Amino acid sequence: MPDTNVVARERQDKLQGMGCSRKRKEDARFIRGKGSYVDDIHLPGMLFGAIVRSPYAHARIKSINKAKALAVPGVVAVLVADDLKPVNLAWMPTLGGDVQAVLADKKVCFQYQEVAFVVANDRYAAADGVEAVEVEYEELPAIVDPRRAMDKNAPIIREDIADKKEVGHGPRTHPNHIFTWEAGDKAGTDAVFASAPVTVRQEILNPRVHPCPLETCGCVASFDKATGQLTVFMTSQAPHLVRTVSSLLSGIAESKIRIVGGDIGGGFGNKVAVYPGYVVAIVASIVTGVPIKWIESRIENLSTTAFARDYHGVGELAADKDGRIRALRFTALGDYGAFNAHVSATKFPAGLFSICTGSYDIPKAYCRVDAVYTNKAPGGVAYRCSLRVTEAVYLIERMMDVLAQKLGIDKAEIRRRNFVKAEQFPYTTAFGWTLDSGNYHRALDKVLQAVDYEALRKEQAQKRAQGELMGIGISTFTEIVGAGPTKACDILGIGLFDSCEIRVHPTGSVMARLGTMSQGQGHATTYAQIIATELGLPSEDIQIEEGDTDKAPYGAGTWGSRSTPVAGAAAARAARKIMEKAKKLAAHLLEVGEGDLEWDIDRFRVKGNPSEGKTMKEICMAAHQSNLPAGMEQGLNAVEYYDPPNLTFPFGAYVCVVDIDRFTGETKVRRFYALDDCGTRINPMIIEGQIHGGLTEAFAVAMGQAIPFDENGNHLGNSLLDYFLPTSAEAPHWETDFTVTPSPHHPIGAKGVAESPHVGGIPCFSNAVVDAFAHLDVAHMDMPHTSYRVWQQCNALGLNKR
Amino acid sequence: MIPRPFEYHAPASLPDALSLLHRYGEEAKLLAGGHSLLPMMKLRFASPGHLIDLGKIGELKGIRQVGGEIHIGAMTTENELVWSKLLAEKVPLLVEGARLISDPQVRYKGTLGGDIAHGDPGNDHPALMLALDASFVLRSASGERVVPADGFFQGLYSTRMEANEVLTRIQIPVPSAGTGWCYAKLKRKTGDFATAAAACLLRTKGGRVEFARLALTNVAATPVKVRAAEQYLQGRPLDDGAIAEVARLAMSVCEPTEDQRGDVTYKTAMAGEMTQRALRTAASRAQ
Amino acid sequence: MAIPRNVSFTLNGKSVQVMVEPRELLIHTLREKLQHTGPHIGCETSHCGACTVDIDAMSVKSCTVLTVQCEGADVLTIEGLERNGQLHALQEAFTQDHALQCGYCTPGMITRAYRLLQENPQPTEQEIRYWMAGNLCRCTGYQNIVKAVQTAAAKLAAQPA
Repeated sequence: MPDTNVVARERQDKLQGMGCSRKRKEDARFIRGKGSYVDDIHLPGMLFGAIVRSPYAHARIKSINKAKALAVPGVVAVLVADDLKPVNLAWMPTLGGDVQAVLADKKVCFQYQEVAFVVANDRYAAADGVEAVEVEYEELPAIVDPRRAMDKNAPIIREDIADKKEVGHGPRTHPNHIFTWEAGDKAGTDAVFASAPVTVRQEILNPRVHPCPLETCGCVASFDKATGQLTVFMTSQAPHLVRTVSSLLSGIAESKIRIVGGDIGGGFGNKVAVYPGYVVAIVASIVTGVPIKWIESRIENLSTTAFARDYHGVGELAADKDGRIRALRFTALGDYGAFNAHVSATKFPAGLFSICTGSYDIPKAYCRVDAVYTNKAPGGVAYRCSLRVTEAVYLIERMMDVLAQKLGIDKAEIRRRNFVKAEQFPYTTAFGWTLDSGNYHRALDKVLQAVDYEALRKEQAQKRAQGELMGIGISTFTEIVGAGPTKACDILGIGLFDSCEIRVHPTGSVMARLGTMSQGQGHATTYAQIIATELGLPSEDIQIEEGDTDKAPYGAGTWGSRSTPVAGAAAARAARKIMEKAKKLAAHLLEVGEGDLEWDIDRFRVKGNPSEGKTMKEICMAAHQSNLPAGMEQGLNAVEYYDPPNLTFPFGAYVCVVDIDRFTGETKVRRFYALDDCGTRINPMIIEGQIHGGLTEAFAVAMGQAIPFDENGNHLGNSLLDYFLPTSAEAPHWETDFTVTPSPHHPIGAKGVAESPHVGGIPCFSNAVVDAFAHLDVAHMDMPHTSYRVWQQCNALGLNKR
Repeated sequence: MIPRPFEYHAPASLPDALSLLHRYGEEAKLLAGGHSLLPMMKLRFASPGHLIDLGKIGELKGIRQVGGEIHIGAMTTENELVWSKLLAEKVPLLVEGARLISDPQVRYKGTLGGDIAHGDPGNDHPALMLALDASFVLRSASGERVVPADGFFQGLYSTRMEANEVLTRIQIPVPSAGTGWCYAKLKRKTGDFATAAAACLLRTKGGRVEFARLALTNVAATPVKVRAAEQYLQGRPLDDGAIAEVARLAMSVCEPTEDQRGDVTYKTAMAGEMTQRALRTAASRAQ
Repeated sequence: MAIPRNVSFTLNGKSVQVMVEPRELLIHTLREKLQHTGPHIGCETSHCGACTVDIDAMSVKSCTVLTVQCEGADVLTIEGLERNGQLHALQEAFTQDHALQCGYCTPGMITRAYRLLQENPQPTEQEIRYWMAGNLCRCTGYQNIVKAVQTAAAKLAAQPA
């Protein structure tokens, strides 16, 4: 007699469903070099396009001469703004409610801005053609410091909208002003600050950085004159949104546009926006009637595509003497570049910045973001950030340390005193976000015990006595991801729901299509695991498809860790619709009532008579046959469009230990311990991989990344020579841990996780570095914490004298 | 990403290479490992009309001991330096230096001769060559001359090598037994040029310095031989005071340029720090 | 000027012949003329290593090599690692240890690891990190890549010679 538990476990294992660290289905092609990235695509007759770009950050275009370029062997066409005007495509709407020049019309507003598009037989001729286009510029003074953007006599950057009273988000007070957005209770907060026993104020910069995925942006645009069909293979994290925007832009019916996201070499928020390169490639294809490939270079990628951050913040906290926070007041000046192009929900032009009360129970709060134009590339929301959450969390986690230092309270203790308590969930913050679930105390305690926090503080005291610099950084963050409920979250009016369509085949294998778009997150595996557990069919036989807008149901794509919270929920609910039908059919086949059936891993059993049952596989076949209950259609299929009731709030507790060489400023990460709670865990192996990757990107941001400019708006570090991408030699070793606090509103209790390590990691590194100097009254140090900058701190304090 | 068009030549012998050089003059550039030149050409910062690839010339390879010297063919790659047992035993400074250059793939192609001849102050071998009292064999159609490393580097991308010459061989006197060595390089990340680096050779006897060489990387338009330090150390015990003074002397001859690695103050201070590191480590390795 | 010429070399064990201008980079020849899109392009300054191939027993960034320099060379790309339907130990290990996410760095990474293990069959973690530092990855943070190289090293060591 086989042990029923063992048999049950075997059946469970065979599913390789939820919670299983199963190997990834997508790996098979990647390890063979058989992925299909956009630059791998070759279509018959395809031409290659390259962009002529402005050497100046701010200049008038006096003339453009195409003649020499057109004479270069292999060059087929050269497009400029004037060529796009007849088809109304010289300007395009952005995802931020602004307009952006596709090709510069009369002036350029940032260095490397697109000026002309050269189409040639191959990329070599295109490169020669680009060099041969002659553009005459008249240089203008550039605004590089956002604090100067609204000066009385500041040069006007956006002459095209100089008369506009608003650009999508409320009244403007200056031609270089984009919007002012605020949230919370200003009067109430100010009142608390006025009378609080303790207040702290700190200016905190979140410098401009760039997501820099290993694959740059690009597309192959193919307009078929005979059918009027436009197909664009594209590095896009949001193919459906791009299709809708392309239809609005081009006038081509959306049903005749097909956007295909194939394999994408990393996105990190860099591949959400619609770039001029895509638009000119589409136009060139319409004009020439052949496919046009455009692939940007790395320098173009770093210089012109969606950058991240550039928020000049001021953090203020009002507290009691015991460190209990009474009010929070955060403001930021946002440098958005020359066009407001970043993904913004219409109601949230500063993203989800108001999550800045973090993991803490803060009764009164107010925040404000003032966004301005500068002569830099457009962007701001990108880089594993869930819409400005990196900015918000960085501010609050730094301010917790600032407050702790001011009061001489331990940095873990001050957090404990202010945490939202487990019994307070669901907890509505002063800004109106309802945190779905969490247990911050438990997470922090687990981490502190794991690293033996007490011993670390003792060691730090000893080292300080010997004049050595050792820092301990803590970050206890709460993320807000999974955009989002459509009444609050939309892009250009389109709600941020997502979808899943499931078809079950007679032989028990499954095809599911979703509206999200993996760029390495493992969706082909994790969605299959969700569905496997719901349907009782092996994940190995569940095929997942995303990215082809002809086939996939509508969705807002993958960014801001929204796939699991939104599309994952849609997948579970679609599967449950199928299970409702399957149960009815099983009852019919077994000639019992539905109430007499119970579900057991991969089959329905008759209660009290376990040998009587139907496996899911049997039901799959039966559903395509004739013996069905009256009124039931054949097939086992379902579609779910899921409008989430709330966002989700993954959280974590991280500790970082650093040792700093006071003579060179070099900082060694001795230890990094990361505990994440993303609710229900679908595939622990994949989660761990996401944590490693997100922490490494956080390390890069905190310790070395910057997109610097000189005073004329010229880039100073826009290639991989300078831009800090850690290699295997620099990347620290990561220790991971977890707790599980499921989301009560999510069908499988899962919250999403991939951005948490980035959001929580950056302040952890920063806090560690500043903590190394805390005994010398250093309250804050701006990122990046390069050896150079850390040395400057050491030097200012005279620590590098022997 | 795409260079401008050019003609490519792959001579099989040194005389053929020299005659191509003579024929194309200013329009020609020698191609060694290509990992300095080709990246410049891909960004169109350089566009020679003719590339003369030295890769097929056998006599430009090889690491061997000839009497009291090590002779290294100019086309010897960094990777070959790293794995050379002869160098590990006789000139470990060079092995340590090569290991700190760039990344593994670049080291399979980058050459000792190319690194020296390019005249880029960011390259590491020039300072190593100064510390090793190396000399360079330069061949032209009219003959051969041997030029010491000291004085070879004249300025930014400028050396004493003539346009019609090929660097064929590097000659290094084998440091005496018991000589300590160190190349201390501070860099932002793998693959970056030095923020500052110091190459040091040291020999002590009876607690006093008998022989010292010190040269710096990337803190001036050329590598810097810190003569004053070499002279100061002669006959002195290597205590903290001496090390501090040597660092001060090193810093006093720095003229670094400000860039993303740091300002003049930082780079100068780092030249001092790398000097200290190099001295202490070399001393610990001296026997 | 720049007259195209014939270049013959061996690619993954097969003889190939291409007609190229002197300035054509090997990465472009491989990807476009020879339809081997395994090696990828991630930068234009020779930093990222996504284009890494194996030429005459050396790991080389194929974006920094002219095709005309490869006359007579023995070139191996990711596509050549699987032999007779049998995956290389590294390919299996990368899947087993979750050493890839978006897959873009993977061909160059595995091709480089292949040469590393040929030269150093039992590398320590530190050695792996040092000898793989010419290949950038944005997704994995390298930890699982290091693990996969160790897994493959152990597997190869256990195989009969």
